[in-house]
Amino acid sequence: MTKKGLLFISLVASMLLLPVAMNAQCKQFAKNTCKSGLKPYQHDGNYHAALLIEGEEAELYKTFYSDRNYRIGVCGAHNLKPIEFKVVDTRNGKVLYDNSLKDYDWKWDFTLESSQQLKIMVKVPIPEGNIDEPEEGCVAILFGSRDD
Amino acid sequence: MNRNLILSGRLFLLLFVFLGFIMSGCNRGPKSEGSGDFEASGGLDAETQAQLNTAKRIFYSLPSPLETAMLIKNAGAQYDEGLMNLTGNTSRYITSKSKALNLGIYSTDLSYASLFDQTQATLNYIEAAKKMADGLNILNAINEETIQRLEEHINNRDVIIDIISETLMNSSSFLQENGLEAVATVVLVGGWVEGLYIATNLVDENSLKDNKLVERIVDQKLSLDIMVNLLEESPEDADAMAVLEDVKSLKSIFDKITIKQGNVTAVEDPATNVTTLKSESSIHITPNVFKELRSKVREIRTSYIS
Repeated sequence: MTKKGLLFISLVASMLLLPVAMNAQCKQFAKNTCKSGLKPYQHDGNYHAALLIEGEEAELYKTFYSDRNYRIGVCGAHNLKPIEFKVVDTRNGKVLYDNSLKDYDWKWDFTLESSQQLKIMVKVPIPEGNIDEPEEGCVAILFGSRDD
Repeated sequence: MNRNLILSGRLFLLLFVFLGFIMSGCNRGPKSEGSGDFEASGGLDAETQAQLNTAKRIFYSLPSPLETAMLIKNAGAQYDEGLMNLTGNTSRYITSKSKALNLGIYSTDLSYASLFDQTQATLNYIEAAKKMADGLNILNAINEETIQRLEEHINNRDVIIDIISETLMNSSSFLQENGLEAVATVVLVGGWVEGLYIATNLVDENSLKDNKLVERIVDQKLSLDIMVNLLEESPEDADAMAVLEDVKSLKSIFDKITIKQGNVTAVEDPATNVTTLKSESSIHITPNVFKELRSKVREIRTSYIS
């Protein structure tokens, strides 16, 4: 095979495999960094993670059950600023928690008197100053729970 | 002729580069919609910022098989092995749909058995779940090392639960990262239906009042729209659409159940940093509606395990 042929195949292979490799890194990040931080709460096994760029937002809808203790963990890769998140009542949009008021803490512990569907709103902050190429990194939203 | 060949080669290269970028975009997460509620804080140019504000990733989270089993146990339910899918049924599941559904079903049974310290059943059900995961070509979700670890710690419930949580995350992440979100959803629905089957069969329809397990069953109404939205994200997937019909038939029964909820107020305990979401709620379900729900769940679950 010619040099050009090899170069061509390498280019195509890297284009096709790059996203797969980045997603695999995202899983490792969620597992090693975020999941382990849920202790002593038990991770439920669900996986919610994606590559987000600065300024990008995400929302997650989930039902939480009464008389259980929960920890929500929202983790961002090290190249991103601490992730902003809010927890909102889906029925009326009332903000129940805003981590910007808690020094951008990555986790929130709570319990409920009655079961509720809540929305977790996440945003990757934009650094100060103009940036031509926004950073991209993995953001994971994981849940842990435990009995009383 | 030679020039034409060079041009074709360049076009081919451009096409692959373009495909590469398209694939990068496809694999970056769940679908996007809506507009942002956060204010922009400067930095990007207005056009880019506007694009980001209108592109929002939406995730829908269903109860995992482990969470479902925890809710059943937490409600004071008993262990009944007769309600679980037989591990000997694994050879029946040939299609991708039946493997996905029964991966969820066996995962719920596995979680249920382990939470009640049923060691032999735990080992049997992880083997059954492994067969389903292998059948779906989910690489290393449950491997021999996992089973060995499970055997070594079979009397340590915390470690067992950790291993189950890890296998669920492995399956879910593998499916999502490989563009098989619809399969991942079908797995979760299978696990959810199994939990509903176990729970509804542990309740006497004449003892619905002040029954914690009944409350947990009724609470599932709160997840139905999430489930419908998640399944509707895969209109091209015939399995997801078939499962959606089952979920809709359950929804029509859940619609006969009333949940009244008051406003939620967040109160933080400064000593523990734990917030309590205070609110009042009440539920109303009649014995006839309960029987109808149990019967429909049984019908659907039977179709899944047959």
